[in-house]
Order: sequence, then C-alpha cells, then structure tokens
Amino acid sequence: MMFSPDASGRTRRTILKGAIAGGLAGLTLGSFPFPAFADADAKQWPQDAFKQKSEADALKALYGKPAEASDKVSLDAPEIAENGAVVPITVDSSLPNVTGVAILVLENPFTLAAAYKIPEGTKPAVASRLKMAKTTKVVAVVESGGKLYSATKEVKVTVGGCGG
Amino acid sequence: MANTIRIRAVASGDTTEVQSLIRHPMDSGFVKDSKGQLIPPHHIEVVQFEHGGKVVFTALWGPAVSKDPYLKFSFQGGKKGDDLKVSWVDNKGESDSFVGKIQ
Repeated sequence: MMFSPDASGRTRRTILKGAIAGGLAGLTLGSFPFPAFADADAKQWPQDAFKQKSEADALKALYGKPAEASDKVSLDAPEIAENGAVVPITVDSSLPNVTGVAILVLENPFTLAAAYKIPEGTKPAVASRLKMAKTTKVVAVVESGGKLYSATKEVKVTVGGCGG
Repeated sequence: MANTIRIRAVASGDTTEVQSLIRHPMDSGFVKDSKGQLIPPHHIEVVQFEHGGKVVFTALWGPAVSKDPYLKFSFQGGKKGDDLKVSWVDNKGESDSFVGKIQ
C-alpha cells in the first residue's frame, strides 16, 4: 500500500510542491531588507487563550478573571451581517485607565477573536473586522483598573465566514 | 516581497488617529480548498505600533480576524511628520514592518 502508484505519485507531488514553496520562501527572504527577527514579538501571543472554546475559559486564560456587564462598554456591530467573513466590529469605552480590550465571538470554533493591549495615552477604542461562523453573540471585554467589564450583542449571520 | 502594510495616521490636536490595512490571507484552519483539503491555519498573531520609541498599540489576533485585516485606533501624542512604525509576525514566523509618517 505504501508503494502503490498513487502513494508515490502523491509523494512526488508533495516534494515538488515543497521545492516550489522553498524557492518562493528563498526569494522572499532574499529581497527582504530586515529578515529573521521581527519587531513584533511573537512570544507575547497568548496561545492558551486563543484555544479556548467558551467565554469563561478564554477570559480566564487571558486575564484570569470573569467579566461583569457594564453600560460603559460600547460594542458596535451590525444586526445582520450578510457576509460572515467580514463583519465590522467597533469597541469603545468611557471607562478610565483601560489596559486591554478583547473581542469574543461565542459561536466560533475558538471563542477569542482578538485581544488588544492599550498602553497609557492610547484611547480604548478599536475598530476591526472579524469572521463569524454563524449567527452568534459577540462579547466585547474591557479591562479597566484591574477589573473586566463587558457588553454583548447578537449578530445574525446570513453566510458563514468560517466553513468551506 | 512587496510591502504588506498600508497605514494612514492623521494628527489632529493632541491625538493621532491611525488606520492600517495589512495584506495577509488570515487562513483560519477550518476552510477547505477546491480539492477538499483543509487549508492549514496561517494568520497574524501580533501587530505592534510604535511611536517615538514607545509601543502605542498591540493587537493579538486569532484566526477569526478577517482576511487583509483592517484596524483603527487612536493615541495621544504624535504630530505631523513623526514616524509611526508598524510590525507584524504570523504563526509561521513570517513578518514585515513599515515606517510611515503621521500626516
């Protein structure tokens, strides 16, 4: 079975693909002025938090505590998203001393979509676009003075943005 | 590689509004290609914005962020002509950075 024509053909194809990809990678690196080390440090990416499947677990992994609902967090999302691949989401807050903003899409395979670090002097307002698998609740979480506050909104998704 | 980052930063009063657009597939790992094979995850993990030697914004992204991600935020400080540096790194270790001028 290992040496059937199909298997060997696939192997050869894989090798060819690898060679092409390797060539492309070589070109990319060759024409790149500052390769190898990135300015953005990948180590600060909270891998655990992005693997969680529930809101509570994701917040626990990211901040180590749960959030309480607050009207001082504003979450702007469309009521109906025709295309789940690109849903504009804006989070804003009137809370003082905000240090972080996180956005969770509860029905996605992994709940946590994005987390932002807000240093002093940066406004706690972020706009970006997210993918949503289906109609889902979206939760915006704001970390202020060591506590978490959240706002929730449901977005109806007509065409999912995660499945094939 | 052509530059993947486009930014537009405008200073008004004491705040600077930043908009950025990065060209990246942001593959989630859940989508299949035309042959039915899963496309492996390939997404940006960290985006960092620096102004005057200080990090003014850090984005930590999972695979749920849309393709060719857009971002808008604003920070205090920054004036016309200042440099604003943007850099990103993805889950495959690829990266790019770009220095733009505040308008």
